Amino acid sequence: MRRTWLGIAAVVVTVVAGAVFVGLRTGDAVEEQRLDLARGGLLSVDESGRVRQDDRVGPSCQRVDVAAGTLACLRATAVPDQAELVVTKPGAEPRLISEWGMPSRVRVSPSGRLVGWTVFRTGDSYLGGVGTFSTTAGIFDLDTGNHFGSLEDFALTVDGKPYPAKDLNYWGVTFARDDLTFYATARSAGGTWLVRGDLRGRTLTALRRNVECPSLSPNGTRIAYKFREGDRWRLHVLSLADDRDVPLADPAHLDDQPQWLDDRTVAYGRDKAIYSVPADGTGAPVLVRPAASSPAVVR
Amino acid sequence: MYVSSIRSTDPAPPAGRAKHAVPATVVGLGVVSLITDMSAEMVTAVLPLYLVYGLGVGYLQLGAIDGLYTGATALLRLAGGYFADRLGRPKAVALVGYGLSAATKLAFPAAGSSLGAIGLVIGADRAGKGIRTAPRDAMITLATPADGLGRAFGVHRAMDTAGALLGPIIAFGLLTLLVGDYPAVFGVSFCLAVIAVIVLAVFVRAPAGTVGRSRVRLREGFALLRQPGLRGTCLAAASLGVCTIGDMFLFVGVQRSAGLPPGALPLLPLATALVFMALASPIGRLADRAGRWKVFLAGHVVLLAAYVVLAASASGWLVAAVVLAAHGAFYACTDGVLMAHASPLVPESLRATGLALVQTGQSLARAAGAVLFGALAAATALRPAFAIFAVVLLVSVLAGTRVK
Repeated sequence: MRRTWLGIAAVVVTVVAGAVFVGLRTGDAVEEQRLDLARGGLLSVDESGRVRQDDRVGPSCQRVDVAAGTLACLRATAVPDQAELVVTKPGAEPRLISEWGMPSRVRVSPSGRLVGWTVFRTGDSYLGGVGTFSTTAGIFDLDTGNHFGSLEDFALTVDGKPYPAKDLNYWGVTFARDDLTFYATARSAGGTWLVRGDLRGRTLTALRRNVECPSLSPNGTRIAYKFREGDRWRLHVLSLADDRDVPLADPAHLDDQPQWLDDRTVAYGRDKAIYSVPADGTGAPVLVRPAASSPAVVR
Repeated sequence: MYVSSIRSTDPAPPAGRAKHAVPATVVGLGVVSLITDMSAEMVTAVLPLYLVYGLGVGYLQLGAIDGLYTGATALLRLAGGYFADRLGRPKAVALVGYGLSAATKLAFPAAGSSLGAIGLVIGADRAGKGIRTAPRDAMITLATPADGLGRAFGVHRAMDTAGALLGPIIAFGLLTLLVGDYPAVFGVSFCLAVIAVIVLAVFVRAPAGTVGRSRVRLREGFALLRQPGLRGTCLAAASLGVCTIGDMFLFVGVQRSAGLPPGALPLLPLATALVFMALASPIGRLADRAGRWKVFLAGHVVLLAAYVVLAASASGWLVAAVVLAAHGAFYACTDGVLMAHASPLVPESLRATGLALVQTGQSLARAAGAVLFGALAAATALRPAFAIFAVVLLVSVLAGTRVK
């Protein structure tokens, strides 16, 4: 009998301890503040998963991007395996797009009209067991409400020939200024390409191998991207005009879609902090913001 | 053929409806499994997010962490069964397994972002699962009268599945409430695991049928496979397992052939689990009356029908519902029912070892089946692969009818 009471007491103590533990962690939730998307500056996601602008605390997101006043926020929801994209534009109702999968990348076109996102999904592959993943990337046009489903619905051309493969994955959309051209990464049969997409014709053209998570410079002339060497990635910058490719000055392994601070500097997340490095391959990485990820530049 | 007869030492139940009441030990173990599965599935559900956004570990390396442990889990399952018999204390061995898994929930935040450490923690969690499975099932068989085994396992598996369904919902609810606070998820998961250990230690009685220390030797454990009855069961369960395609492929097949939106894919396992949960107990009772091996084979016939539907590529929500219902029924006919069928074939002193042998053979075979199907589907396409597996499964079922 005493044993039963001891057991009940132990269960009660555990429940109370758990409740107190959770209760203590709910106490310091900060109210969401309005971000200033008109002036310059750097947005990022802090360690608690909230968007930060200097001392202002914005919405909770895993990935964030901003351009011309449009803020795109990609986050996991309370529903298992469900991600949502929240897009806020000045003077318009916030838009909410649900996608199943895990948040991975988000980008807004320079004009603030288009939003592109990537989510991870597990279990699409026939081969390879647990831990193999696939990605799905899509684009949304805020002006027309067009939802460019998944890039897998676009027609891909490789070496001048149609490439209808079932194992295609796309990720890392980045937009040009014309709101029609974009770049992304395609993967099939173990290799990756940089692809250029056209929203009008819903076509994709493979340009170059081993380019992941492209990011177009503000002036549209160069692409910063992840170059894979074995199981590690290093940032490179590719000039679109002459195909000149330079590795950047950070040899440490990283996994992010880079973000141009200006036409000479690239920022990126690595080891739970944001660094920047010159885009011409010189210099050395500089710590921009500790305990942060997903850099985005207000312009 | 030698079959040990089981005389449970439970007092004879009074005549009437209570004859098939599920023993308190089984309900207790069901509660333990329910709470433990909630705790375990909470962590499983948020682990990818935690690695990428909590720790900044690339998704690329997730594959390196996962899928390493199938073989290790199989070996530990055998070891857990053997030690439960050797010490004559299945409850103590099960407690070690549950305790080990509970401890890992605290180790996650402590492991930091070192991939090696996280891999070790996941491995320890799986080890705990491997160690506890066979002793727990042995306790269920030792506590239950022989004619109620199917139902007892059904009740246990239904509770277990309920926990697995609740886990992810709790985890993502917490993450939303506390904005990406992963330590809170691990903390709550740890508290649940501790409660399960307390319930097992204090409220679940070691079954009266437990035999004392019997100096079981490893040789005797493997000698079990020389018994025609158990050997036939092991071989048939394994050969049927090789002819199953793996859950993920079935779900992808349902989504594709039924033309469901891709967003429906994560919901499909829930449908299977709900059907399994609802049917486990009634089908367990049916197995007690109609014959457990018959029901076990019938479950594979139901699965075969699902494969045929997928190969025929009928489309629509109704077809998806039928296939998922068949998939859930397959689990209800095979999961606990196989244990209920196998346990009378094993002497009490070797019960946990015997059940571990059957389970391990089946789970390794099913893993191999999924790999084979994946290779086949990659080489041909989804539909022909379903058709081919439907044929080989039919051959296996026909061969399985020779097991008595």
